[in-house]
Amino acid sequence: MATTHTRTAARWMAAPSILLLFMWMIVPLGMTVYFSFLHYNLLSPGEESWAGLMNYEFFVTDPAFKDAVFNTLYLVLGVLLITTVGGTLLALLLDQPFWGQGVARLMVIAPFFVMPTVSALVWKNMLMHPVNGLFAWIARTLGFQPVDWLGAYPLTSITIIVAWQWLPFATLILLTALQSLDQEQKEAAEMDGAGAFSIFRHITLPHLSRALTVVVLIETIFLLNVFAEILVTTNGGPGTASTNLGFLIYMQGLLQFDAGGASAGGVIAVILANVVAFFLIRAIGKNLEA
Amino acid sequence: MARATTTRRKALMTALGWGVAFVIFFPILWTFLTSFKTEAEAVTTPPKFLFFDWTLANYHEVNSRSNYMRFAMNSVIIAFGSTLLGLLVAIPAAWAMAFSPTKRTKDLLMWMLSTKMMPAVGVLIPIYILFRDFRLLDTHFGMVLVMTLINLPIIVWMLYTYFKEIPAPILEAARMDGATLRQEIVDVLAPMAVPGIASTVLLNVILAWNEAFWTLNLTTTKAAPLTAFIASYSSPEGLFWAKLSAASTMAIAPIVLLGWFSQKQLVRGLTFGAVK
Repeated sequence: MATTHTRTAARWMAAPSILLLFMWMIVPLGMTVYFSFLHYNLLSPGEESWAGLMNYEFFVTDPAFKDAVFNTLYLVLGVLLITTVGGTLLALLLDQPFWGQGVARLMVIAPFFVMPTVSALVWKNMLMHPVNGLFAWIARTLGFQPVDWLGAYPLTSITIIVAWQWLPFATLILLTALQSLDQEQKEAAEMDGAGAFSIFRHITLPHLSRALTVVVLIETIFLLNVFAEILVTTNGGPGTASTNLGFLIYMQGLLQFDAGGASAGGVIAVILANVVAFFLIRAIGKNLEA
Repeated sequence: MARATTTRRKALMTALGWGVAFVIFFPILWTFLTSFKTEAEAVTTPPKFLFFDWTLANYHEVNSRSNYMRFAMNSVIIAFGSTLLGLLVAIPAAWAMAFSPTKRTKDLLMWMLSTKMMPAVGVLIPIYILFRDFRLLDTHFGMVLVMTLINLPIIVWMLYTYFKEIPAPILEAARMDGATLRQEIVDVLAPMAVPGIASTVLLNVILAWNEAFWTLNLTTTKAAPLTAFIASYSSPEGLFWAKLSAASTMAIAPIVLLGWFSQKQLVRGLTFGAVK
């Protein structure tokens, strides 16, 4: 009696969340797919016409698309490389006992809480500026020619900025995982004469593998969506040098008002993200059962 | 002898740890320091680190000239509004999934998570058009709605992992004693759920405060939060570094503080309970 009652209640209680998320997923996504087959200009509403696969054809054959895919990969892989390697090293360092550890830890994780527009502008103006930036001053002091970071290496500069924001995330997760490492196992290995490196290689690293997987996958989801950092630093330029897939879609849709073309790009982005999501869901699902 | 080496090792680690921490924290520290300089001192070379005429003028200027308070209020409304609305919808759902799970509960959770993985640009055009047609562009309600929807999976998930830890026997005991569903929730469950709910609120406020895709694309002036306000400093070649720094410091300080308090919950919430 009571259980049936509870179960019915439970169904009603879960319904609003499910319904909301279902609508949020299905309605706009359905519209994106539909628009992607239309000639649809935001400035001339009511003049939509069937386009077939033309939007896809134009979007994919646009030279900017190839650049955008390359830039997206460069950005995602670059940030992943910096944050996983750097994050592991930082986590190992912060796991050692030292004076003022707690405060140092707070300083390391702080960048994660800085809003993207602030970090992008601070790096652009106060650090990377070719004349008045701090890096330029350091370069001159050491006798080098200052580098025009965002002008000469726009994509690498953005990668550095985004990596700075995500390094704390990787560090924090890996540090949490590190602290659950069985100390006895380590001590036993030490007793058997294992060196620091071989302990890391054979005990610590395998223990971190799950956390590393989670870091890589979650960061990938967010990194595919990098937008604000590009908008306020380079606006995707010079040319398409720092345009990622998301930014290309934004320009196509909201700056050139080509809703059809942008939607075709959107569908492509969703497909790409789904490939990643598939692996993420599997990894997290596995952990749930454990 | 052994103690001496550990002390030396500890000293070395301290130097290394603080050195690295300082480098990583430096951009934030630099912003903070620059916010107290005059515009001339902010761009001077060699840069002045501590020995300049400390002034609060930038803070006054930002506050009086640029409607800073209005943007800050919008951030507060969007961050807290979406978190509250999200809780309202998510608490019953998480409760139901944690305490009367069915065969499909796990799939349901996974599906919720998968909605989070839809890239925002994939639905930018339809959302923009829907917002335009329903006159939701640049409104508080529209922003609260979007922010609730994008964070709802995380809210449900986080609450679910916390609720799961509440021992079911306590609920059964209450039920045996004749507690109604309402009593069960209000008197038994709520007190135990408060810490989990508090952590969820914290994480969501942080995420919503810093969200910079939808806020930049769907607001212009009336409902624009601090992310958009700071972005407006990018246009005139960033001429006003000291004012930018003051505005940035005000925009990030409350959230950095909140974040520092919620390290643990952050790990849990952002990894969907996979790393604790």
